[in-house]
Amino acid sequence: MTTKRIVVISAGLSTPSSTRQLADRLGGDAVSLLQERGFEVETQVFELRDLAHDITNHLLMGFAPPKLQAALDAVSSADGLIAVTPIFTTSYAGLFKSFIDVIDPQALTDLPVLIGATGGTPRHSLAIDYAIRPLFTYLHAIPVTTGVFAATSDWGTEGDGVRSLPDRIFRGAKEFADLVERTDRSELVRDPFALDRPVGHLVGGFTGE
Amino acid sequence: MQFGIFTVTDITQDPTTGRTPSEHERIKATLTMAKHAEEVGLDVFALGEHHNPPFWSSSPTTTLAHVAGQTSTLQLSTATTLITTNDPVKIAEDYSMLQHVSDGRVDLMLGRGNTGPVYPWFGQDIRQGLPLALENYELLHRLWREDVVDWSGQFRTPLQGFTATPRPLDDVPPFVWHGSIRTPEIADQAAFYGDGFFANHIFWPASHTQRMIALYRQRFEHHGHGTAAQAIVGLGGQVFMRKNSQDAVNEFRPYFDNAPVYGHGPSLEDFTQQTPLTVGSPQEVIDRTLGFRDYVGDYQRQLWLMDHAGLPLKTVLEQLDLLGEEVVPVLRKEFAKNRPADVPDAPTHASLVKAKYGDETPRQATPNANRGDNLTLGSPYQDTAVVEAAKPGSAFGPAATRKEFVR
Repeated sequence: MTTKRIVVISAGLSTPSSTRQLADRLGGDAVSLLQERGFEVETQVFELRDLAHDITNHLLMGFAPPKLQAALDAVSSADGLIAVTPIFTTSYAGLFKSFIDVIDPQALTDLPVLIGATGGTPRHSLAIDYAIRPLFTYLHAIPVTTGVFAATSDWGTEGDGVRSLPDRIFRGAKEFADLVERTDRSELVRDPFALDRPVGHLVGGFTGE
Repeated sequence: MQFGIFTVTDITQDPTTGRTPSEHERIKATLTMAKHAEEVGLDVFALGEHHNPPFWSSSPTTTLAHVAGQTSTLQLSTATTLITTNDPVKIAEDYSMLQHVSDGRVDLMLGRGNTGPVYPWFGQDIRQGLPLALENYELLHRLWREDVVDWSGQFRTPLQGFTATPRPLDDVPPFVWHGSIRTPEIADQAAFYGDGFFANHIFWPASHTQRMIALYRQRFEHHGHGTAAQAIVGLGGQVFMRKNSQDAVNEFRPYFDNAPVYGHGPSLEDFTQQTPLTVGSPQEVIDRTLGFRDYVGDYQRQLWLMDHAGLPLKTVLEQLDLLGEEVVPVLRKEFAKNRPADVPDAPTHASLVKAKYGDETPRQATPNANRGDNLTLGSPYQDTAVVEAAKPGSAFGPAATRKEFVR
């Protein structure tokens, strides 16, 4: 049976956090869908709060302490990423962006991404599309068309009365599962020390390689 | 195996006193350090290159020429020379010159620098950093090995019939190391030419250095310069020592906490665990350094960063004393143990002359009488076979047709 590797990152700052709760819901639906389709699923969840000091040190020093490196390795070799952040002051949390900033710019290429965000009111919901989606597009990841925003009121019964939060979670998870099903990213080996191609072409003479 | 020090030439406030030395004071202090390195029995002094404050070393060969005049055995090197933004013609000239005044005690380490604006300041484009490093070095390599060079490349004004003077001492170019923290192509470049590869090693985890060195060794063998174990490897390192380990930690901590690179970041404890930085007793430094061999193999050169982050000169000189008296003698003995006989030492001018000439007398480049240019056929040097059409001496008049200078 093929194994799919899904990584969930949550940038919620409190414990417990509704951001983590949304991340778990998104992950839960995605895993169920993939399992129904006959895949084994390995899921790793990273709370960025636990990595906050490491992320700062990476920004200052240029290398990742071991715990952060494990998270970066997991993300770059995943079949799918579920990324959930609170919306602060009209955009993703600074911690979330700092984490994205220490990821190798090539590491997310072709990676299916399911975006989630949380906020106090539904009026922030477009932040997914004007702030978070361009971030992943820039990195050549593939964010699914449905991003799931959970306002505080969504955790009650009806949300905005059109589509409930569970409906939106399921819709996003399904789009995500469809992409994860097709990717073979986790089977590709990315070696940062591999020479992409021999250097000869650059100086026109390295032994004609 | 060679042991020595390298400096980035930062002028940094001493966090324990709040005092910042002037440029002049720090330059003089560094010259004192370099001399002291020889006095305590170290082999190498290497100097960085920067073109912005708070660094002072914009003109490394001027500095190294002075050090050469004040020392007699110390090997002079750089850490690094900017192969991207310096004109390779000027590098060829400057370092050949330094070879002559120092009687061959020169090698250099090429790098791409870490300050983005240096590229535009010198008319280059940082996005071309890697192609610049590769093309410029190819030209430098030729200028040191061919008397007359015709050249055209992507980045520099073409050269027709150009001779870099003076020719390298004994017609043996300085040995070159290539330094790179994270660019596999540079490891391959070093391997392609059979040059040395130097891993900065001090700001990165050991696992990273290990993989860069492994790649370099593998490519060295691939390009046919010897076995992987015979590749020429240098490592950086960073230590602070006192007789008692805890004294070293206490004294160094304020410098660490405020240092330009890692200050206000990780704790001293985390950083010493995650990188090769060692703060403790001389014995701890010995043990840690001997451990480097476990992950890079037998290597040729170990340089330490000893003088940054505002450490005062007196402290630095004490550190050099500890290195020279207690650390390096033990390291020399221990690194020599179980070192395979076919693993070479770091190349020196003497070893390169021996390799090129055996017991023959090395070439001493002696120009022909001035022909006014280098553009006519052949070489401007007397010992080179000149093709028949060459007209040595004056380019016009009776002298132009004389044949007796032709050898």
